[in-house]
Amino acid sequence: MSILSKLSQISIKSAVQSSKHCFSSYPWLHKPISRTTILKTWRICGFGAGLGAVTLRKAACAPKLSKRIDHLRTTEDQNASMTAGELWNLIKPFFGWFFAAVVCAILSAYINIQIPLCLGDLVNGIVKIIKDESNNLRSHFEQLKPSALHLMTLYVAQSALTFLYITFLTVLGERMATKMRSDLFQKLLHHDMAFFDSHKSGELSARLNADVQEFKSSFKLCVSQGLRTFAQTIGCIGSLYFLSPTMTMYTVAVVPGIILAGSAIGAGLRQLSRRAQGQSATASAVSDEALTNIRTIRAFAMEKLESRLFDNELDKARAMQEQLGVGIGLFQAGTNLFLNGMILSVLYGGSNLISKGEMTPGALMSFLVSAQTIQRSLSQLSIIFGTAIKGWTAGGRVLQFSRLEPSIPMDTGVCIPYHSLWGDIKFEDVSFSYPTRPGHTVFENLTLSIPAGQVVALCGPSGEGKSTITHLLERFYEPKSGRVTLDGRDLRELNVEWLRGQVIGLISQEPVLFATSVEENIRYGRPDATDEEVREAARAAHVDEFVSRFPSGYSTVVGERGAQLSGGQKQRIAIARAILKNPPILILDEATSALDSHSEHMVQEALNNVMKGRTVLIIAHRLSTIRSAQMIYVIKDKKALESGTHEQLMAKKGSLYRKLVEAHNVDS
Amino acid sequence: MLQLRLIAGLRNASNTIRSQAVYRSFSSLTKSPALIRNATQILSKNKRAVVQVFTRTCFHPGASSQVPLQASGQLSGYQLVQRLLKFVWPKDKPEIKRRVLVALCLLIAAKLANVSVPFLLRDIVNYYNGKAPEFLKLTFDGTPSQTIFTAGIATCIAYGIARATASLFNELRNAVFAKVAQNSIRSISRSIFLHLHSLDLSFHLNRQTGALSKAIDRGTRGMSFVLSSLIFNLIPTAVEIGMVSALFTGTLGPEFAYMTMGSIGMYGIATLGVTKWRTKFRHQMNQADNDAGNKAIDSLINYETVKYFNNEKFEADRYDHFLKKYEGASLKTTSSLALLNFTQNAIFSGALIGVMCMAGTRIAAGDLTIGDLILANTLLFQLSIPLNFLGSVYREVRQGLVDMNQMFSLLTLKPKIVEAADAKRLEIVDNDISLKFENVHFGYLPEKPILKGLDLEIPVGKKVAIVGGSGSGKSTIVRLLYRLYDTESGNVRINGLETRDLTLDSLRQSISIVPQDSVLFHDTIFYNLAYGRPSASMEEVYQAAKLADLHESVLAMPNGYETLVGERGLKLSGGEKQRVAIARAILKNAPFVIYDEATSSLDAITESNIMKALKGAVEKRTSLFIAHRLATIVDADIIYVLQDGKVAEKGSHFDLLAVDGLYAQLWKSQNIHGVAPKKSKEEDDDLMLELDLDKCCGSSSCNR
Repeated sequence: MSILSKLSQISIKSAVQSSKHCFSSYPWLHKPISRTTILKTWRICGFGAGLGAVTLRKAACAPKLSKRIDHLRTTEDQNASMTAGELWNLIKPFFGWFFAAVVCAILSAYINIQIPLCLGDLVNGIVKIIKDESNNLRSHFEQLKPSALHLMTLYVAQSALTFLYITFLTVLGERMATKMRSDLFQKLLHHDMAFFDSHKSGELSARLNADVQEFKSSFKLCVSQGLRTFAQTIGCIGSLYFLSPTMTMYTVAVVPGIILAGSAIGAGLRQLSRRAQGQSATASAVSDEALTNIRTIRAFAMEKLESRLFDNELDKARAMQEQLGVGIGLFQAGTNLFLNGMILSVLYGGSNLISKGEMTPGALMSFLVSAQTIQRSLSQLSIIFGTAIKGWTAGGRVLQFSRLEPSIPMDTGVCIPYHSLWGDIKFEDVSFSYPTRPGHTVFENLTLSIPAGQVVALCGPSGEGKSTITHLLERFYEPKSGRVTLDGRDLRELNVEWLRGQVIGLISQEPVLFATSVEENIRYGRPDATDEEVREAARAAHVDEFVSRFPSGYSTVVGERGAQLSGGQKQRIAIARAILKNPPILILDEATSALDSHSEHMVQEALNNVMKGRTVLIIAHRLSTIRSAQMIYVIKDKKALESGTHEQLMAKKGSLYRKLVEAHNVDS
Repeated sequence: MLQLRLIAGLRNASNTIRSQAVYRSFSSLTKSPALIRNATQILSKNKRAVVQVFTRTCFHPGASSQVPLQASGQLSGYQLVQRLLKFVWPKDKPEIKRRVLVALCLLIAAKLANVSVPFLLRDIVNYYNGKAPEFLKLTFDGTPSQTIFTAGIATCIAYGIARATASLFNELRNAVFAKVAQNSIRSISRSIFLHLHSLDLSFHLNRQTGALSKAIDRGTRGMSFVLSSLIFNLIPTAVEIGMVSALFTGTLGPEFAYMTMGSIGMYGIATLGVTKWRTKFRHQMNQADNDAGNKAIDSLINYETVKYFNNEKFEADRYDHFLKKYEGASLKTTSSLALLNFTQNAIFSGALIGVMCMAGTRIAAGDLTIGDLILANTLLFQLSIPLNFLGSVYREVRQGLVDMNQMFSLLTLKPKIVEAADAKRLEIVDNDISLKFENVHFGYLPEKPILKGLDLEIPVGKKVAIVGGSGSGKSTIVRLLYRLYDTESGNVRINGLETRDLTLDSLRQSISIVPQDSVLFHDTIFYNLAYGRPSASMEEVYQAAKLADLHESVLAMPNGYETLVGERGLKLSGGEKQRVAIARAILKNAPFVIYDEATSSLDAITESNIMKALKGAVEKRTSLFIAHRLATIVDADIIYVLQDGKVAEKGSHFDLLAVDGLYAQLWKSQNIHGVAPKKSKEEDDDLMLELDLDKCCGSSSCNR
């Protein structure tokens, strides 16, 4: 309260004083400058710093609303920074455009350097006219014409070059960004399942879109402004030296101090920028998760709680952005103060030299404009530096995921030729725990066999790892010890793309559909399938029965993650997808759990046809679906506790399978 | 050959005996070949009937309708700015007002300091140019040189201070106003977020998360830019142009002002013209950006499916296709920007040359000094700095208004379900809650009715079950109870009151649901359990977990209740997730509980344990079970069998079996599942084989 009031009063006073400067500057010539004005100026700077301190203190007190937010918050990454080599790798494919942009920018800067010199000539010509006071005005004006035309030519050339280098730079920036996004997306899709277990999709898409966008903007600005600024600074310093070596020495002496101070502050701003971006990603993740899980939130009437969580994270992001803004503001203010001090020294020295007769007014004009060009360039340099910090951080965040390599490579390993592929699967003394939960052992020395061409079923209590067997078979994870073999070969030797793409078909207990049409969802099993093949698979899975009654038929859009279909309908589409894929090994993970008895019966018939001649692994609680399996394994206590056919297990006294069956029948 | 037939006969005989055992519970049968044969024939006939009964139309909500993101309520630019300023100048936040005033004062100070700079520069040059010769002449007197030196230093210092002050004021204004802008953005974002949650389920079923996030994000950024541009860029620049023109007229002559205004006019016209032409390229770019973002998010959210089918390259190619579109549109956008910049530079350079020529002419005529020339040059040059941004500011403001319009349009989307003005709170005493459907007609689309005159009652404290085929309307009943949709005709009453007359909050607080497809948040198991009632104590959460048969499983995990579950609960098995959902509903402790296929992912033993626990939990509580497995609802007080949008049968388990209608057919089909129909001739052969076994067996232990 008091700070703002004082700040308001001081700003009003300063405004009044500025007005006085404007309209009554002559009194300044007759009396020395007041110390009070200087002190007030410094006081304003002090209040600015104080305001920043207040903001910083306020930000640190933000309370934590829920543990859930802590898990959404991204940890500060030490690797979130780009190296020069990585930047070069991004530029290299488009070096031609880069070189063209650089050349045009330098030429544009060169012309900018020539403008003050030409201006000086013009001023000198005008001065001569005044001094001569000749009556022959026409001839003297003719003398000015070449200088004026020269200046106009420079202006036009500068505009043309600006057009060219902006165009070249745009091509470069857009193509770099496109390649960056495309490469990152490919990298993301090829990562291990464990990677997706520990990263939210909202965060991944933020890297893919917002961070690439920020990097591209920063890159284009740094090349266009930075390059020209640098060239102009060097060129104008050369001009200054040509005009007056003495004054140039005084001016250049100030520059290293500015650079050192700027670097020190820049380091702090870089860290602040990184934290601010992380917090923004956290807030985005909160809203993404809430909107994704809208049904659960609606069912529990938790809209207000969700709003409060989001509000809280937004507030934190705002506080961090404010800190960053104040920091950058102070940085630029300090830079401008130093640069204006440089102008002051130019004027002081120049006036001294003019009084001694060692400098012409035109030369002072040229010197002044060149010095102003340097000042403007260095001011832009400070802005560019801030932008470069953000861009460097954003680029680092993009590349951070690109640097990660999946521990299970997708494109190496051998493929078993089709004519010698039998589909004989064995788990040999497998021990496993999930990478995200290393302390929780799922399997210990699991041994089981799925012979070629046979139907094998898994059953057991919930949470004992039946689905994990599927994950190991698909090689989403690697066993900790032991091995999984296909036709006698370790899965680690086999090509993962081939294994997932051609060999194994999986129908999951929670089929996930894309937000596109029914037809496209089925076609996902084999993207190059014809319409007739898609329809055939749909009929085989009894999808045709309900789809043909939709107003839009197969073009019906199923909504995000299939939200507009019932569980049974989604499962039938997933079954059609697997039928279309036509793999030699089929895994049914609770594939019919969401179907009613009638639908289950029909789909079971379809599956019975599909299962002929294949190796089939069934995971189910519905014992009716596994009764006909040729081998049943009961999974419990981290291993296959029992095995045998339905009859064998039923005949065994005290078996878990028998208890499961009897519990099933008791309820019946 | 005889051996093979014997084995087959044994298998079929076993099936026949099992079927017979079922019938023994309900009717007295004697060991007679004729009766056995008749029973088999009856079963075959019933199987066909069951197949016929369940052939019907399937339809689910929202399958073919798309709610556009900008459904209604296009706002004009003026209305948008008005709405925006309401947040900048809020009546209830004096601090924000104060900050706005301080920022404006700093702005004025910066502009005044800025305009004073060229005048100081003129004085400097005039002074030295005019005084230098005299100074040389006065080399003998020390006092005048000291005076001149002092005056020069004072002027230079004043110039430097003016420039420094202008920059400082600008930066301070940025710092002060940052809080105002960020506060406004936060308020609006929160309003929209809360509003989205109040929208219908039909909106959320149709909208895409990616597009929605983009609309909010782009809208808030547009808001920030419009705010700062309007207040700190456009208006101040206009004021500065006015000041410069006035100063030109006052000090240099009206023709300079005319030249300045004419140039700026041409500049503005060219800028706006080219900017309008470029707008369509920018729209194309935004559309392509949206498409790429949606594709990426869709793939990343469904990464499991991508991996199952090994379609990473397919997804990457699809994404790249949209990126190429974006690249092309972006190139057009920026190329046209370069053209605009060239045009602006050409106009302004011409203006600068014109002013200098005019000044030169006047200097030659003796009307102006060299300082005046530099004054004109510097004033015009300073104008170019804000004018450089005229095009981009105009475009960004227009784009900002478009983005804000899209975002605020979300606020104008009205939920179709609104509370009545005189809505009453639903007050439940001692968990006494009864529900009734009275002649309800409803369809998600007008031409596709789902419920056709549904009459259904759920009395106080009763366990009621609903069964029926897919698409018969079971889930629709739940949605109507929650009032996610409104009936077309007929009433849904709770404790005698229509749902339309109740507040939505109290209505939904009174109902617990265990959905078939449960979703977990990315947090600890404890948090997910406590979501049912965030204020619950730890003991209450543990008790709910025990009732859901989850407590032992959780303790077996290394981190226990603090174990993290991944995004959408991917690390728990299906059965574990359903048990979390059950525990969540138990914890909510609502008087009315709905179980929608709550145990479909559980094994029989776990299911049995939970059903026993739930018996205690649902005691003295009204509950509704929707199930495909009839075993879980055998003990229901009332079972409704839905068919074709109506109640086809009603009664208890044994009542319905006695009627021998739809329910009985369902029951039989579930208990004899897997028995393939046989031709009558083969059946006779199997029976004969069985009889032969009876004859052959001479052991005393044989009961046949």
